Amino acid sequence: MADNDEREDEGEARARPFWSGTITFGLVSIPVELFPANRSERVSLRMVSEDGAPLARRYFCPSEERELDWDEIVRGYEIAKDEFVVVTDEELERLEPEKTRDIDLRRFVNAADIDPMYFERAYYLTPGGNSTKAYRLLARTMEQTERAGIATFVMRGKEYLIAILAENGIMRAETLRFADELRSPDDIGLPAPIKPKAAAVKAIEKSLTKLVEKQLDEDELTDRASAQLLKIVARKQRSGKDVVDAPEEAVEPAAGVIDLMEALKRSLAGNASSGSVTGKTGSKAKPAKADSAKSAKKKNAGKVAKTDRAKKTAKSTKSARTAKTAKTAKTAKTAKTAKSSKPAARKPRKSA
Amino acid sequence: MAARAIWKGRIRFGDVDVPVKLYSAVKSTGGVHFRLLHEKDLVPVKQQMVNPATGDVVAYEDVRRAYPTEDGRLVMLDEEELAELEPEASRDIEITRFVDPAVITHQWYDRPYYLGPDDSDADYFALAEALRSQEKEGVARWVMRNKEYVGALRLEDEHLMLMTLRHAGEVVPASALKAPGGRELDKREIQMAKQLVSALEGDLDLESYRDEYRERVLELVEAKASGKVLKFPKAPAKKKKDDSLSAMLVKSLEATKKSA
Repeated sequence: MADNDEREDEGEARARPFWSGTITFGLVSIPVELFPANRSERVSLRMVSEDGAPLARRYFCPSEERELDWDEIVRGYEIAKDEFVVVTDEELERLEPEKTRDIDLRRFVNAADIDPMYFERAYYLTPGGNSTKAYRLLARTMEQTERAGIATFVMRGKEYLIAILAENGIMRAETLRFADELRSPDDIGLPAPIKPKAAAVKAIEKSLTKLVEKQLDEDELTDRASAQLLKIVARKQRSGKDVVDAPEEAVEPAAGVIDLMEALKRSLAGNASSGSVTGKTGSKAKPAKADSAKSAKKKNAGKVAKTDRAKKTAKSTKSARTAKTAKTAKTAKTAKTAKSSKPAARKPRKSA
Repeated sequence: MAARAIWKGRIRFGDVDVPVKLYSAVKSTGGVHFRLLHEKDLVPVKQQMVNPATGDVVAYEDVRRAYPTEDGRLVMLDEEELAELEPEASRDIEITRFVDPAVITHQWYDRPYYLGPDDSDADYFALAEALRSQEKEGVARWVMRNKEYVGALRLEDEHLMLMTLRHAGEVVPASALKAPGGRELDKREIQMAKQLVSALEGDLDLESYRDEYRERVLELVEAKASGKVLKFPKAPAKKKKDDSLSAMLVKSLEATKKSA
């Protein structure tokens, strides 16, 4: 999975759309822009030396015990223990799918039929051209008929399978996992269902019904680990203990980063590319409608996170900077993919 | 081939206590995993942390963690503080509430894990049956490998599944956004759009899509391993045409009718 790539790419989700292209189906084409609908709020730590110098990951030859330059490193696929087939960048590029800006919508299906296990990441689609008519027409139709469009498209050298869903007049592309990436109960070896005893079911139902609520409690969804970390950081900052000046390149100033939400709203209001703020964008201050308590909370969560996000972006931009050429950047990514096991990558303590 | 459980825990709420094993529902084989090799001897490289200013290698046990602040400084954290961050270890999968499945939309879903019975099949399937009869999903909280998770306890067909959830603030809800505006849509065009959507309607066959890029890379690796040279033709580029929306809707409908 290009999971790591994408997580990095999220940092780019500022004023500019993440990707732009055209939904095509039948003979209709609808230009759209893509914005991530998920953002990572996890607070991550930097690795530093004992005196606070930021560290960088470097590659060494184990036999020669020396640091290697990027042009001394190649990519290998392990076909047997310690036996590798070397694959070059050029070869991989040749295998990439044809570059195209089309989101090839092949068929419409009943939206409820898609097993949620398939959903991986979501992107909002906003109208890309001068006219919003075709966009609104498709969104309205899909929403009213409860249909989803199944489509494929190529982004950054990789082909994605997506479901296009419409909600609240807005279209969303959800990348889908491939069927052969998913396990079935049979694959795992789960036992076949047995008919449980009525009394046992009754007892569970009794406990269950006592806990039934109408809504989620958003507090339950807070990232407690990150909140705790920020608390400790604030405490240390107040005391001034263990706070060191970072070299300039270690921490990028967060200025000029526009919140994803703001960019999305602008794009939906039809002025993404100009970036100018018109009367329409005044909707920024517009209170979220309907179940206000809930939405308001979400909004606040978004705001608090905004500052974290800014820091995050700064960090990822910086680390991207260390790898200067396109080639090295790519290799760096692959290296990550090769190494990473997800839980480790997410843990603040042992980042890979 | 049976998969190995990655964790064991107990689902708990009220008087209920059901021991379960957790299995990843997503294979780790997605994508193609390469190793980085030193070109000269084709030995996998070793990663080390280096202070770029001095070029000194810093051993992993001497690496410290720091939080970069907005004003360009680093707040160093010590062992004790990092330990404070670790959630208390536990085997409990605590269910805090049950809600209608529609309440937790799939936008919150992150990664799916199957649950299997650890001890008693009877308890496991009794819980599954209770979820089905009450048409509910549970909100679960547990600590696995030093990390706290929030998830949805739900049914996947006839088995229990824990779907990890994204954190508050990580999901941009459609309800917080304003749909694009414009002149009221033409009834005739809505009608045509509906016809076109239904003309292109089909069964959902997600099994028929494969990660072709991955397959091509693996094919290349195999071919190189056996000393062959393969050429892969690229998919032909699609042609594009522009016309008014109405005309295209009409033409599309005609085309789908003909082929039907």
